[in-house]
Amino acid sequence: MPAVVGTISLALALSLALYGGTAAIVGVRTGRPRVIESARTAAYSLFALVVVANLAMLAALLANDFSLKYVALNSSRATPTFFKVLALWSADEGSLLLWNLVLGGYLAAVALRFRRSRPETFPWALAVMFGVSAFYLLLVLGPTTPFATLPTAPVDGRGPLPLLQNHPLMAVHPPFLYLGFIGFTVPFAFAIAALITGRVSDAWMRITRRWTIAAWIFLTIGLTLGALWSYSVLGWGGYWAWDPVENVALLPWLTGTAFLHSVMVQERRGMLKIWNLSLIVGTFALTVLGTFLTRGSILASVHTFAESIVGPLYLAFLTVVLLGGFGLIAWRREALRGEATFDTPLSRESVFLGNNVLLLVLTFTVLVGTIYPLLAEAVTNDKVSVGTPFFNRNTAPVALLLLFLMGIGPLLPWRAASPSAVLRRLQVPLWAAAAVAAGLAIAGAGAAGVVVFGLAAFVATATITEMVRGVQAQRRAHGLSVTSATRAAVSRNHRLYGGLVVHLGLIVAVIGVSWAALSDRSAEATMARGEIVHAQGYDLRFDGLSARDEPQRRVLVADLTVLDPGSGDEVMRLRPSLNLYPASSEPIGTPSIRMGTPFNGMVDLYASLVTVENRSRATFRFFVNPGIGLLWFGGLVMALGGLVAAWPARPRAAGVSGPEPATERREEVRV
Amino acid sequence: MSARTRSIALIVGAVVVVGLAALFASAGSGRASLADRSHEIAAGLRCPVCQNLSVADSPSGLAGEMRSEIATRLRAGESPEEIRAFFVDRYGEWILLEPPKRGLNLVPWAVPIVALIAGVAVWVMVVRRRGTGGEPEAPGSSERPTAAERERIDRDLADLQEPG
Amino acid sequence: MSTDAPSKEDVRETDGAPEPPRRGNRGRTIAIVLAPVVLFALLLASGLGNDPHALPSELIGKPAPEFSLPRLDAGGTIDSADLSGQVVVVNFWASWCVPCRDEHPALDEAWRRYRERGVVVLGVSFEDTPEGAMDFRNELGGDWPLADDPGSETAIAYGVFGVPETFVIAPDGTVSAKTTGAVTYDWLTDEIERALRKGDVE
Repeated sequence: MPAVVGTISLALALSLALYGGTAAIVGVRTGRPRVIESARTAAYSLFALVVVANLAMLAALLANDFSLKYVALNSSRATPTFFKVLALWSADEGSLLLWNLVLGGYLAAVALRFRRSRPETFPWALAVMFGVSAFYLLLVLGPTTPFATLPTAPVDGRGPLPLLQNHPLMAVHPPFLYLGFIGFTVPFAFAIAALITGRVSDAWMRITRRWTIAAWIFLTIGLTLGALWSYSVLGWGGYWAWDPVENVALLPWLTGTAFLHSVMVQERRGMLKIWNLSLIVGTFALTVLGTFLTRGSILASVHTFAESIVGPLYLAFLTVVLLGGFGLIAWRREALRGEATFDTPLSRESVFLGNNVLLLVLTFTVLVGTIYPLLAEAVTNDKVSVGTPFFNRNTAPVALLLLFLMGIGPLLPWRAASPSAVLRRLQVPLWAAAAVAAGLAIAGAGAAGVVVFGLAAFVATATITEMVRGVQAQRRAHGLSVTSATRAAVSRNHRLYGGLVVHLGLIVAVIGVSWAALSDRSAEATMARGEIVHAQGYDLRFDGLSARDEPQRRVLVADLTVLDPGSGDEVMRLRPSLNLYPASSEPIGTPSIRMGTPFNGMVDLYASLVTVENRSRATFRFFVNPGIGLLWFGGLVMALGGLVAAWPARPRAAGVSGPEPATERREEVRV
Repeated sequence: MSARTRSIALIVGAVVVVGLAALFASAGSGRASLADRSHEIAAGLRCPVCQNLSVADSPSGLAGEMRSEIATRLRAGESPEEIRAFFVDRYGEWILLEPPKRGLNLVPWAVPIVALIAGVAVWVMVVRRRGTGGEPEAPGSSERPTAAERERIDRDLADLQEPG
Repeated sequence: MSTDAPSKEDVRETDGAPEPPRRGNRGRTIAIVLAPVVLFALLLASGLGNDPHALPSELIGKPAPEFSLPRLDAGGTIDSADLSGQVVVVNFWASWCVPCRDEHPALDEAWRRYRERGVVVLGVSFEDTPEGAMDFRNELGGDWPLADDPGSETAIAYGVFGVPETFVIAPDGTVSAKTTGAVTYDWLTDEIERALRKGDVE
């Protein structure tokens, strides 16, 4: 029953996608707005149908309907309800169902948003989105269908992969990632529409600005959650392994960030038009590449879903996107000539260009590192690996340069800056950097720490002074309190303040990451019950092992007490565990973590259980990780900053003094 | 001295302080224990039974045994190259987390550097370009503000402290 | 990128030659832009045939690493030296490994068929406890020798990535074949026959 309902809904959705795309194009070519309108409303129906399909699968999972192959492979009677729901997207076919749901949602949202005001590009943008929907619906109906049935329904299912039912974070990581990836479809669609119609002014960027920021926010959260999952669930003590699927999720984030900066240059100066169009085509293509590499089973990775024949389909789609997008740009290049040039290297737009260049260098580096094993095998038939050492070494210097630019960018005005004004603004941040660097050097930190934290101090100080300046100006001009002044300053320029908050969040995350990376403190020990081992500044005592039987697994929990070596006081009781799932191979360890907070010096205590010999003897890994908490906090701050940047400006009340900021006015004048 | 010179002096001073600090900091490093050397080798080897984790990071049993193998060999006096070769002989070059710099493998080595140089070159070219399109220049350079005037304008603007 | 130097068309001499179509210039731009895309697509396509999990063995044709392992199913040790001159099928397995269960009948068949001809099937336990290993044997049967691999020294020596992995060693002591994943009876017979032929030739 669910299979029938699901398949029919998806088939109907596919026909609607094909209809909608065709109708939108026909409507705009023949000048019939009613046809376009029918395409627009088709978007709503498409979304509704995909929701039905998702609900059908959910119902099958909850009802233990093992006649569906997907349910039999990814769920079982013993699986807790929460994880049964998660099973909807924990495997290939199901996650594609979720992908289509999010895509349908964005399609409906775009249809809703433009129900009254319709830019010229709207029908073509709609057609592009219908086209993308059609592709993914085709996949979920055909080769990667979750609604395949088994001739005889097994009595029980195999259950989800152990790693995917270990932790509730599995609930939120994929949805946020998808909201991010798929969100970039909207600016992409409008960019293509702009190229097709020849309306290549800024309109397509302005229309989709908040959508792009939203996608960026979701992707930032998704990446942060992925790192958090890796850290809290996988038990190896790290949060980023430069795994191919991690890398391809990072790539659109890098180009998306570049895009968010360079659109500001186009808005203010009319430059970089071809660049921006290429960036958004590239970003969207990278999201397709991401799904291709994840599902096409080309590269071995943590995430590689089962082998499937969809590889060629994804590749074809990716090729169409790239050829179509860049082909259109090349076709329209005369219309895309810039209106201005850079005046001087010492200006905000030059720094933004530098930001773009560096982000693209990072993108290229990570892309080449990820794809290279493929190339090597194609040419030499030998398998090679490109792993963490390569990526760390090649991204770190560029990242540091990028951070420096992030610091001085907001300090520079648009068009041109006089060197002395710049120097004046740089004084406080530079002194802060020098102070931090000197202090760390005296305290015995290594060269890397001195440089990184000095730079971080520079950027943080520069960013904060910029925020303060604006608030101070408001206070002096209108005599407001600090809070009112802050609110006034922010509401006059959401983008600037949002951007500054994002920068602050990023620098906090960088501080956390560098701190953790530079103080590599871990230990491995096999301990007998009652034994005390001294490791990384703490005393560890193994207090014993207990076993707990749950419906879907057996859990062995170790009691590890962390003691302060000086006083012998108990610092924390850590309880790392090993989970044994019947249908799986090795046991999956769950680490036990005491999160760092400002009250305990921001230090994570992290223990994982490696092997268990018997009730009185086990092997542990113990990590002392400072600063990791700053990574999660920084990610959160970045997302909040994005929210501030995207916040709609309140219409200006009459009588409020002060000139309108250039951005807002410019947007109104430009058509 | 003028404000500008003073500012420059401050900047230079700050940079010098940071530079000295960095030099001073790096002077005191350079001892590598067996654990450190072992960790360094393990961090460059790929765990055979994991996805994309190094032998140093991997929580699996086999990685643990490889770590003790590395430590044993270091204690026996083997060099890092010999230990890496030991593993490569059995697992192939795949076990190295960075491909050896030979032949086609020079591509991933070169690409990041080339990309950075190319990127900087592009930046320089674009920023310096005076193309055909462009907003009209100010009519006559005599109407452009002189350096002194610019300083005054800057100071006034700084006082107004307009955001954005 | 955005601005161009005046194109050739604007400053051409009037030499009577027909106007070079602007489209030609455009077409060339398009071609230049799209060529890398096509190359990139071809590169990715080349990866489609790959099995990302299959890894070749370095040991094929080389002398098989020696071993001296404690027996699990009996007392004493089993040494590679004792097995020289015979075809040895070294099967790395573990009790927690599901495909190892799948391949068990194939190994059993091959063992029963070829043991008179001096072929030895040897099961080497990988990352497992002796109790677990013996439970597996008691549950599934079979009577070929089983050995433990403390410290996984032998697994590392053979370059084992996971279980099950099976090696066929020829009578001259070189590694004749290797496979990852559950072995099939056909593969076993093919490779054992091939190794036996090598022995006969010498």
